[in-house]
Amino acid sequence: MINQFEVLETKKMLDEENLDIRTITMGISLLDCIDASAQKTCDNIYDKITRTAKDLVKTGEDIEKDYGIPIINKRISVTPVSIVGGATDAKDYVCIAKALDKAAKETGVNFIGGFSALVQKGYTKGDCILIDSIPEALATTERVCSSVNVGSTKAGINMDAVKQMGEIIKKTADLTASTDGFGCAKLVVFANAVEDNPFMAGAFHGVGEPDSVIHVGVSGPGVVKCALEKVKGEDFGVVANTIKKTAFKITRMGQLVAQEASRRLNVPFGIVDLSLAPTPAVGDSVAYILEEMGIEKCGAHGTTAALALLNDAVKKGGVFASSYVGGLSGAFIPVSEDAGMISAASIGALSLEKLEAMTCVCSVGLDMIVVPGDTSASTISAIIADEAAIGMINNKTTAVRLIPAPGKNVGDVVEFGGLLGTGPVMKVSEYSSDEFIARGGRIPAPIHSLRN
Amino acid sequence: MEKAIITVIGKDKVGIIAKVTNTLAECSINVLDITQTILQDMFTMMMIVDISKSDMDISAIRDNLTATGTELGVEIRIQHEDIFNSMHRI
Repeated sequence: MINQFEVLETKKMLDEENLDIRTITMGISLLDCIDASAQKTCDNIYDKITRTAKDLVKTGEDIEKDYGIPIINKRISVTPVSIVGGATDAKDYVCIAKALDKAAKETGVNFIGGFSALVQKGYTKGDCILIDSIPEALATTERVCSSVNVGSTKAGINMDAVKQMGEIIKKTADLTASTDGFGCAKLVVFANAVEDNPFMAGAFHGVGEPDSVIHVGVSGPGVVKCALEKVKGEDFGVVANTIKKTAFKITRMGQLVAQEASRRLNVPFGIVDLSLAPTPAVGDSVAYILEEMGIEKCGAHGTTAALALLNDAVKKGGVFASSYVGGLSGAFIPVSEDAGMISAASIGALSLEKLEAMTCVCSVGLDMIVVPGDTSASTISAIIADEAAIGMINNKTTAVRLIPAPGKNVGDVVEFGGLLGTGPVMKVSEYSSDEFIARGGRIPAPIHSLRN
Repeated sequence: MEKAIITVIGKDKVGIIAKVTNTLAECSINVLDITQTILQDMFTMMMIVDISKSDMDISAIRDNLTATGTELGVEIRIQHEDIFNSMHRI
């Protein structure tokens, strides 16, 4: 029988420690929507998404009510549009982005991901058109998210794509200058992108996935922080164990919601993503967990070690709690979405260089970082190259989501609102990387990619 | 049988159990188990109930209990047993 202590613990997690299911994401394949006519393809895409996901939001809300667990987001990911678009006669894919946006609004989801291209080794016709369409697509739609994979451990890094993505990010910022470059918050540049990630902006539905699938992303940094408050001063064995136990409980709830959503929607269950995803709410911060471990301010020396321990312990606890684990699974460090990171970056405790080091041991990469509006395209490309190199060499996913906010300088603050939070503008190196980025070509795959 | 767990937490006063069980009776909910203590001066009660006979769904039951809680000045929460089983049992 369930005992009183357990009941009260769960109640406290939900009421006071911001435990929630961050997202239920339905992956939908668009491969059967392809037609030679671009217009017909767009119609097919709209029809398929609105048909397949028509009950997604309602089911999410029903589960939320039945179990009393907050489910923050309901989202959709689709087959990378470069693959779908490449088979049509379209000259740009803004029309497809608009069809996706319309379908997202009709189904009531707050984001739809998959305006994506995978170009780690080179471009197809569809990839070229898609990447060229990104700035306008993000500026003229509300809910569409875009991602481009520019490198992988197996393929190396496509430096032509890295160069181009610096320019695309700049152009996207310019086209959405009235909202401080908000378009860039919907654009991720990946290395080693995963096919079953439920989190935005980087979600897309990989070609190895079934026709439709349900992925769930859990959250709960507040719960981990509160658990650690009870073991103040104890050694790291105790800290790791406490995080593992907490991650286990959080993930079990994710597994329950995932199975229930899959059953009610009659869509196969894909994976639970065991991520600690912060929100700007106080008490829902990954930085505060690191500070609870004894770092005075996130970004001080020791932060990388603390994050490494956290990331690993979350995986170890979560993996036993779910039958299928996937996605990105670990700790996210999006600067503008985390109250502790915002505060650390504002007072100068947390720099871009330290964040780069942290991305070696966290689950993704440089996320939601606002940089000065006059940062050059080649500097942004160079930042992407550094991140992709970390991902390629360490066999992990890395990503860059930078916002070069037009007209903003170090010391300014950009408000995105909602879950995307507040971003203090961070300093980038003032020295040039122009000649490095101008070389182009591919960085070969590392020796440890040859595993066969 | 479909079980749910109710927690009632707040300042102790006369009639909390009476009012809560009255609301449950009105919803055709059978009480299977009650434990009640005073924790740090707070009235703390946990009930395990059977909601399968109720003609209301759990969110409607939750609304009724919340209203009773407001009347009594205590916090009442109802949650499906599945959550506790998945979180605390392997």
